[in-house]
Amino acid sequence: MRQRKQLWRQVAVLLGATMLVVAACTGGGATDTTEKEVTVVGSWGGSEQESFLAMVKPWEERTGNTVKYTGSRGLGAYLTTAVASGTLPDLAGLPGPGEMAQFARGGSLKPLDDVLDLETYKADTVPALVELGTVDGKISGVFIKSSVKGFIWYNTANYSGEAPATFDELAAMDPEPADALWCVTLESGADSGWPGTDWIEDFVIRQSGPEVYDAWVAGTTKWTDPAIKQAFEAFGDVLENSFGGPAYINSTNFGGGGNELFTDPPGCLFHHQASFMTDFFKEQGGASEGDYDFFVMPEINSEFSGALTGGGDLFGLFSDKAAAKDLLKYMVTAEAQQIWADRGGFVSANTKVTTYPNPVEQKSADAIKEASVFRFDGGDLMPATMKAAFFTAMVEFAENQGELDSILANLDEVQATAYEAAP
Amino acid sequence: MDQLVTAIVAVVGVPAALVGYILLTERLIQVLPEKRQGRIRPWFWIAPAVLFLFVFLIYPTINTIVLSFLDAQSRNFVGLDNYVWFIQDRGTIEALRNSVLWVVFMTAGVVGLGLLIAILVDRVRYEPIAKSVIFVPLAISFVAAGIIWQFMYQYQDPSRPQTGTLNALIGLVGLGPTRFTQEEPLNNFALIFIGIWMWTGFAMVILSAGLKGISTELLEAARVDGANEWQVFRGIILPLLMPTIFVVGTTIVITALKSFDIVFTVTNGNFGTDVIAREMWQQMFTPPGNFGRASAVAIVLLLAIIPFMAVNVKRFREQEAIR
Amino acid sequence: MTVVTKPLESAGPNVAARKQGRGLSRIFLHVIVIGLMILWVVPTLGLFVNSFRPASDVSRSGWWEGLVPPWEFTLDNYSRVIAANNLGDAFINSLFITIPSTVIPVMVAAFAAYAFAWMNFPFKNAIFVGIVGLLVIPLQSTLIPVLRLLAGWGIAGEFLAVWLAHTGYGLPFAVYLLRNYMGGLPREVFESASIDGASPTTAFFRLALPMSVPVLASLAIFQFLFVWNDLLVSLIYIGPTNPDNLPMTVRVASLVSSLGGETHFLTAAAFLTMILPLVVFIALQRYFVRGITGGAVKG
Repeated sequence: MRQRKQLWRQVAVLLGATMLVVAACTGGGATDTTEKEVTVVGSWGGSEQESFLAMVKPWEERTGNTVKYTGSRGLGAYLTTAVASGTLPDLAGLPGPGEMAQFARGGSLKPLDDVLDLETYKADTVPALVELGTVDGKISGVFIKSSVKGFIWYNTANYSGEAPATFDELAAMDPEPADALWCVTLESGADSGWPGTDWIEDFVIRQSGPEVYDAWVAGTTKWTDPAIKQAFEAFGDVLENSFGGPAYINSTNFGGGGNELFTDPPGCLFHHQASFMTDFFKEQGGASEGDYDFFVMPEINSEFSGALTGGGDLFGLFSDKAAAKDLLKYMVTAEAQQIWADRGGFVSANTKVTTYPNPVEQKSADAIKEASVFRFDGGDLMPATMKAAFFTAMVEFAENQGELDSILANLDEVQATAYEAAP
Repeated sequence: MDQLVTAIVAVVGVPAALVGYILLTERLIQVLPEKRQGRIRPWFWIAPAVLFLFVFLIYPTINTIVLSFLDAQSRNFVGLDNYVWFIQDRGTIEALRNSVLWVVFMTAGVVGLGLLIAILVDRVRYEPIAKSVIFVPLAISFVAAGIIWQFMYQYQDPSRPQTGTLNALIGLVGLGPTRFTQEEPLNNFALIFIGIWMWTGFAMVILSAGLKGISTELLEAARVDGANEWQVFRGIILPLLMPTIFVVGTTIVITALKSFDIVFTVTNGNFGTDVIAREMWQQMFTPPGNFGRASAVAIVLLLAIIPFMAVNVKRFREQEAIR
Repeated sequence: MTVVTKPLESAGPNVAARKQGRGLSRIFLHVIVIGLMILWVVPTLGLFVNSFRPASDVSRSGWWEGLVPPWEFTLDNYSRVIAANNLGDAFINSLFITIPSTVIPVMVAAFAAYAFAWMNFPFKNAIFVGIVGLLVIPLQSTLIPVLRLLAGWGIAGEFLAVWLAHTGYGLPFAVYLLRNYMGGLPREVFESASIDGASPTTAFFRLALPMSVPVLASLAIFQFLFVWNDLLVSLIYIGPTNPDNLPMTVRVASLVSSLGGETHFLTAAAFLTMILPLVVFIALQRYFVRGITGGAVKG
């Protein structure tokens, strides 16, 4: 008798517990993304994340929808898993144009031609960036945020601020009062070497022009080609005239690359880096606004003057949800972009965004608009394996310039297979 | 309200359901004749574990085995191509060499230090504090550990004050700054030391728990008989602790084989520090992703531990034979 | 003369006496223990000091220089982390994820380990070694097939998904550790219980579990830590569908800007996320004392 009672008690406990589990699942299920919620995954964190949320706030208030944002810097790994398993956010940042093309052709990334107000979008956006977001004739990605590469930064206390007419003139300058002319720093954790790739890209486009640049990026010009080798050699000269030598160059994080501009006595006179570098001057170099300024890297071959490289954060649509489409449409408008621009640390791809909170960002935005030739960051356009090899090659080159020929030969080897695998 | 339900389920419902499962199955088993009970019961006891393992590890592993014979996008059968790539690629061979270094030195370091600390702190009155200190790195996330060791290994130009702890220290005795994470072969050991620092607390906790289980009377009896501390250690503690040392050792061997985060965050495999688990990550998550090669690397990892597993089987047979 | 010392040495054979002993070897002992403690604490100390320093100081001088006056300590890093989006919710989420993800595998593993250690069934050792061998499966290679399954069941994004996943991932080690420990418990205890008419279930709950408390405590700590510090599993299985359920680790990681700036907040975040695991460890330390098993373990 007693045993029986115990059995029933146990059954009751078990049933109760099961019900609780079920309740939890269905209870949790209620929070499933509804039509009024848009899930967004991007690489922006910290103040970028805050600015993004501020940018979408008016949209949320107007439509009554909510944006659920997750920031992750491992966007490549994240999206590879998400796409392969078919569990995707509504909107996501894309690691680069190559991945965008892959996802678009695979069918997980939705074309935006019917989503955007196409006429306004094309009229307002830097043409090169519109084109970069296009896969097989359809717009598949939009640039929410852009950056300009190839700025030569200096400390306003050490340099008068007149831009030399040519790069040769710049390279021949006396580093006084600094120790060396340049600061180059390549360490960046898993992406070490990338600041060097920006140098090479800026040399290629200024020495040999956009056609060679495009062919090289597309994998049809070899790395051992004289045009590319010439760029490496020019960068080699820069390294020779850099503060600290290979040990410093390879072991210093790119974020601290400008620190030596602001030391006393300064370690270097100039630092070549993209428009976003100002955050690091403030954060790590201890500089404040007004302590630094820049000029655009001068021309090398006058035939290609006005050429500029840049980058940006691509964004794409992975769902058919109406709210998600509406959000993306809103994000590219000048109205939305202006909100982020006002908060600083932002250069818009939208030419209708005209006011920036500080002269440096204003000059950056103007530089994009005025560039006669604008090309996207070459490394980011290459297939991922090529890009990774390019990064590593810069680290090896900075370590030992004498290895140039074998480094380039190795890059050719990677090039031979990297483009086949890409979709 | 939702959160409250979740909280109740989490803390009360789940354990109750699990205990309920065992009690209920026991009731069901007792309906059977006594002879068959013993044969049926174990299957009920291991069933939940096997079920979980099947879904989350065995099924994905079968999937991985299949993928390792397919091409990058898992479309065509390519036979052993991915394995051939593994043994022919210059990079993977270097990664394999480094993984062996990790297995040897990290295991020796973690087990050796863990054992030393477990035994030594047993004899001091500030044992809880000492153990907490050694344990701290385990409680630190990988992201934070990366920053911690950046502060340790940081290199600055010789003309500037050193900001890295180690370079500042060796500067005190007049040595120039060293690039701990970039100079071969020093960098591999610098990375392995991070692993040792993180995992020694793990070995210490388990070994210390094992040590506390050794009968005090036994030890005191030996001491009364005139054995010195070394003899007590060699003759009693070590043999009794051996099964535990074995478990810790096997776990660390596998951890070292799988270690990826440290290398990934500090050098990303540059400067000759690549390891096989990072190679797998690279193959899998460098878009468009080569799932064939990544899977082959995972299978190589699986094959690499077979010898360790064989030794484990032998040990468990022995344990059952003597008790 | 030498005859006298021997009985003296063995006169106080108890733990307390050993912990208070004197002599050269004692000094040596303290030097080693304290030396190792310093070696282990210095890296973390550097992080701790830097978490109270402004970012520009950190990048230009070593942490030890922050200890020298004039002090410029600031709580900015901490206040920034605490003010970050939904950190409180994320902390609760972390708890919701971690507690069941610790309790379930420890219990499930205890059942299995007991069966492997004290029951007989065909293919016992083969199954057991198979389970331990699963330890080597890299988590990354399971993400895609498992996410597909979870999405198919409609639980991707729910806490339940990560509870189940963490249980699966944690089980090989849990079963391994527990089976080893339970296998070392003395046979006589179980035999006499059996003679007294206790069923294996009773023996498990009344004998095996209480005798395994130290190892259960250490296992619980490790599982707690792995789950608490996990970023990947939560990000992948919860991230895309239900960011409201994401734990602290993911929120903290997103304090860093896309270019790797603003990392100084991570120094403060590291200590904030560490507090709970340390409290758990210190709280469970009382189970690591001698005698709880009654000196039950033998080889």
